[in-house]
Amino acid sequence: MGSVGGSAFGGRRGWKLWIALCCNGASIHGNDAPGAVCNAAHGPEQGPRPPDLARVSGVLWYRAPVIEIRDLYKFYGDRRAVGPVSAQIEKGEIVGLLGLNGAGKTTTLRVLACDLLPTSGGVRVGGIDVVESPHEVRKRVGYLPDTPPVYPEMTVAEYLSFAARLRGVTKSGVQKQVGEAMELTETAGEADTPIFALSHGFRQRVGIAQAIVHRPEFVVLDEPISGLDPVQIVEMRELVRSLGGEHTVVVSSHILSEISETCDRILVIRDGEIVESGTEAELSARLLKGMRLEISVRTGASVEAGLAALRGMQGVASAEEMTEETAPAGETHILVVADGDVRAEASRTLVESGCDLLGISRGQRELESVFLELSRGDAPARPRRRKRQNKSNLADAPSAETPSAAEDPS
Amino acid sequence: MTQTLLIARRELFAYFRSPLGAVVIAGVLLIDGIYFYWKGLTEKLLSAQVLQEFFFGASGTTMIAAIVLSMRLLAEERQLGTITLLNTSPVRDGEIVMGKFVSAFGVVALMTGLTIYMPLLILVNGKVSGGHIAVGYLGLLLLGAASVAIGLFASALARSQVVALILGALIMAPMLLLWALARAVDPPFNGFLSALSLHHENFRPFMVGILELGAVAYYVLVTYFFLLAATKTLEARRWR
Repeated sequence: MGSVGGSAFGGRRGWKLWIALCCNGASIHGNDAPGAVCNAAHGPEQGPRPPDLARVSGVLWYRAPVIEIRDLYKFYGDRRAVGPVSAQIEKGEIVGLLGLNGAGKTTTLRVLACDLLPTSGGVRVGGIDVVESPHEVRKRVGYLPDTPPVYPEMTVAEYLSFAARLRGVTKSGVQKQVGEAMELTETAGEADTPIFALSHGFRQRVGIAQAIVHRPEFVVLDEPISGLDPVQIVEMRELVRSLGGEHTVVVSSHILSEISETCDRILVIRDGEIVESGTEAELSARLLKGMRLEISVRTGASVEAGLAALRGMQGVASAEEMTEETAPAGETHILVVADGDVRAEASRTLVESGCDLLGISRGQRELESVFLELSRGDAPARPRRRKRQNKSNLADAPSAETPSAAEDPS
Repeated sequence: MTQTLLIARRELFAYFRSPLGAVVIAGVLLIDGIYFYWKGLTEKLLSAQVLQEFFFGASGTTMIAAIVLSMRLLAEERQLGTITLLNTSPVRDGEIVMGKFVSAFGVVALMTGLTIYMPLLILVNGKVSGGHIAVGYLGLLLLGAASVAIGLFASALARSQVVALILGALIMAPMLLLWALARAVDPPFNGFLSALSLHHENFRPFMVGILELGAVAYYVLVTYFFLLAATKTLEARRWR
């Protein structure tokens, strides 16, 4: 996570005209290349960062992150629930917050959704501070807590109309937006059904519908698959994925496979702190010190030749036959440890050496065990309690930029 | 204002989709009717005295009904988790509290309005002034508003409806009994305590048909104080 410059941290719009000079070929930072974009956080000497840029009407714009969290702390009394947390989330991203129960996921999400106020630190949504202008932030955020906030006696359509009006949708726009939300979440067929009569899965869908009915920039979903059956889980994954692009989405879960199925990027939270961040591939490469592949071939004489050929490949550290009792008869499983993604080369090599290739996949179980270690923390745990003195010292930290940063909730 | 009305409308809708609203109204009408029959037809009282007794009895049922109706307002939202919808919407805590108050007070006002046939029955065989009836009803509405505000504050503090009901009763009971305490202390404290009493000193003028601005101001202030306290309680929860 890169740090951001002070000026990049301000402004009310997600899209920012960074330096207008760039569109006529001039630059205040000495970068004379036409169309260059100056970026205080990411200097021109490093070149423009493609994800931060977009050309709108022929003008290059700097795309400010939708969410910026800087040194966020949240205390419940003397107990530190979250902090320090710093992160940036770009427009259209689907980010997964992965951590065990009690790691601080829900508290972080509640702060992002303006349900709770941070004890210290800065959180900005679309450039707006959650403490200074919580109302403006709430207009831009849709939130699904772990239990859908639904009124059982209302019908789905009545409830969504109420949620839309509550979030500032005009009377004339309610019907259209409720219709869109129901269509996206596939709840239109239950529009006139009282919510108490819905299954848990449908309630979750209605919960997501209320979170997106006002077309927010940013959607926060706290464990959306919790309590769903396998069919509903698949449908929910598709629904969450469909929200990406138009909305920026943060999803929390304690299950790695759920996060990796739906999210572009993963933030691993432990003991209230972000301990790892990146795409699944980045984390695999970093945490597993390379990539592990599980290859399935037909058992036969050619397996040895295949193993030898794999060991001879560039970037392959080891290739060993796996001893698995659960492997189907006639199949041999090979574990390959490589510096990077060598799936294409490995499959070619095996076929060329005469092996019947049955399957090739990344070593998911190993990644899960690494995440488990990461989530539990193999390093000595930090003390969960801090004294008030420590908390007030946060005000002196240079990153505590908001006026309320040092406020004591008590 | 729009958000307040929106919340109030939803709450009113909830009162009448669940049995609570109907049961409370029916219960109050039954008790008021029995009390009115007892005082009006079995005791030899003047018309104005019957009306006075009617307002006395109705004030008790109004206070109890207000506490019962308001116990669910915020405690139930917290139990169901729907408070999150309100907390994460661009609605001020004061608007949430006002919306809840308007809905519960609306039910209390409807319930009070439905008792109007009893004073009108006095007119069949007796004589009472319209002013006495109007002032008495104003008193009932003011007492109802103050009781709803107390119940709403209790609901803001509690996590369950039962606790909210008990808490509301515990706040209201000492306020009702201040007049008894006032008798046991010396001046000037007795006057001060008596003036703070929720019913005795402040409701009696309404019962006899006298409109005292001091009593009106008292009920308005009690209502304002507890609504403000409920709002501050909601605000404080965000910082916890």
